[in-house]
Amino acid sequence: MVTVLDRDSELRRRAWDAAAGVVDPEIPVLTIADLGVLRDVVLDGEHVEVAITPTYSGCPAMNMIALEIEVALERAGFHQPKVRTVLSPAWTTDWMSEEGREKLRAYGIAPPQASSSRRALFGEQSVACPQCGSDRTELLSEFGSTSCKALWRCKSCREPFDYFKCH
Amino acid sequence: MAVANIQVAETPLVLYALRRADDALILGHRLSEWCGHAPMLEEDMALSNIALDLIGQAREVYSYAAKVEGKDNDEDKLAYLRDVRQYRNLLLVEQPNGDFAQTLVRQFFYAAFADIYWRAMMKSRDATLAAIAAKSEKESAYHLRHASEWIIRLGDGTDESHARAQEAINHLWAFTGEMFAVDDGERALIDAGIVVDPGTLRGRWLTTISDVIGEAKLVLPQNDWMQQGGRAGRHSEHLGHLLSELQSMQRTFPGLTW
Repeated sequence: MVTVLDRDSELRRRAWDAAAGVVDPEIPVLTIADLGVLRDVVLDGEHVEVAITPTYSGCPAMNMIALEIEVALERAGFHQPKVRTVLSPAWTTDWMSEEGREKLRAYGIAPPQASSSRRALFGEQSVACPQCGSDRTELLSEFGSTSCKALWRCKSCREPFDYFKCH
Repeated sequence: MAVANIQVAETPLVLYALRRADDALILGHRLSEWCGHAPMLEEDMALSNIALDLIGQAREVYSYAAKVEGKDNDEDKLAYLRDVRQYRNLLLVEQPNGDFAQTLVRQFFYAAFADIYWRAMMKSRDATLAAIAAKSEKESAYHLRHASEWIIRLGDGTDESHARAQEAINHLWAFTGEMFAVDDGERALIDAGIVVDPGTLRGRWLTTISDVIGEAKLVLPQNDWMQQGGRAGRHSEHLGHLLSELQSMQRTFPGLTW
């Protein structure tokens, strides 16, 4: 019994690692584990089912991510893996790992702030420039190159930058 | 058109879901019409992003409707193979884009409602609807902020932008009442705690829009006569034209997949 359990937990860990290594096609420095999109890996015999949660309802990257997970698991030796989408609890940027936030900043994208600031209709937002760290920044557009980002500009170094919106 | 329309067994819950999904799909499609045509690049991206959110919400709710119905239908069939009279969306969301002010006023009226509505729906006793609501309310908050900022910019901008924004408000106002109307089937769902009574949200909606409209130096019409019909499948002439474009591929090449 003990050996079976060990084998299962070892298999599950392998499946988790394989799925966790899949990156967001739009922000390839972030894995789905960094993003908090990977919710669960369930092993049933040799079959594996991965639960992911969508970031934005219409985010086109989700289909791609599901496909990449299947490919990664097949490569790791799991046959006909399944990917299930769970809606509840709803994904929030609060689930993004500290490591993920650092990777984002190093990549030139300002990481999301705490979700408490999201509600203010015209609340003052301050986002530090990921290039030079200055707080003298301004919002250019609430919606950026992907669903999850807004476009900002730094008034100190004059660089425009993406901000990963809190959600 | 070669393909027959599907039939949908519209139990109160299926009908409820179709109404919400149709709102999101039709408004999402309208906004997508701006893609490549918006007055500036940032706004092109914003309207397309919002369209994506709405179409994503529609997909979730259609899938749920299909599951509740328990027949052969799925999200694609519900979107592509129902005709005008089978669509249950608000008249507001099918109104043409018009000028930029008209698009943004329509967006503002709807987003101010969706924001409050989905937040309230997070308490639904139906786990799927509550989960969809929890996703949608976050997105709606951004949509509302975006539209509100534009209302203020247009209303408190030039004489021309002010006049166009006011004209759009006057024109679209009569379509806002339908958001708060409830029929008997939906009343039963409300009593069961499955859905929220939108009528109870009208006061808060009015406060939200009045604050912004006041700041924009615009005024709300005094006329309270409201047009209805969309929820029962009686639409303006515009929806048929929209659907002919939205559905053309599936109608021309039945069962087409990419």
